[in-house]
Amino acid sequence: MVDATTATVIDAALILVAALCLLCGYRVIRGPTVPDRVVGLDTIATNVIAIAMLVALKTDRGLFVTVSIVLAIIGFLSTVTVAKYITEGDIITRRQR
Amino acid sequence: MVDLHVVEQVTISALVVVGCFFLAVGTLGLLRLPNVYNRMHATSKPTTLGTATIFLAGFVQFGPGGAGLTSLVGIVFLFLTVPTGAHMIARAAQKIGVPFLGSVTWPTEHRDADPDSPATRPEGDDTPED
Repeated sequence: MVDATTATVIDAALILVAALCLLCGYRVIRGPTVPDRVVGLDTIATNVIAIAMLVALKTDRGLFVTVSIVLAIIGFLSTVTVAKYITEGDIITRRQR
Repeated sequence: MVDLHVVEQVTISALVVVGCFFLAVGTLGLLRLPNVYNRMHATSKPTTLGTATIFLAGFVQFGPGGAGLTSLVGIVFLFLTVPTGAHMIARAAQKIGVPFLGSVTWPTEHRDADPDSPATRPEGDDTPED
């Protein structure tokens, strides 16, 4: 279990990263192009991975490390999927000869 | 004699602070930079570094087995996937025609000196270029 001082640092970090997620939401809403919004969502996903890791540190449970890795996998898959959707208009496509 | 527990706690705190600094830098770049390519440059690298640093704090906390090992796997996974995702978004943005800033060009336009490069073939040649 972490000390009281370290717990305070982790609490402040949790508040900061949550605020950063909200700031990324500004780019998601106001972004002029679709790739801007995708980049904002990707940054939110990475920040949520950091939040899961901070919760793992705060509660001293290794389960949340696995949660953060699963979030990383989902974030990567969604980024690649949306990038393919923007480019080709479809997600699973065959190249037309 | 310094207590090992104190060293561990100080290391965790320092790694968390450094990771939050890098996350804040990445988000500021996402908000302030002028172009989608510049924003991608700002988010992919510092955000990866920040999250990897917080994963390292998890490795310090949980030790070299179980959840600590999972943290190291998470670092490797982030360093593999985040550049791949940013590359995919950059290609998608270039294909839908997001303009570049200033004198920036797409890299294939610089290969004119290389005669064997597929980018210098004539326009009627309908090979898919990607």
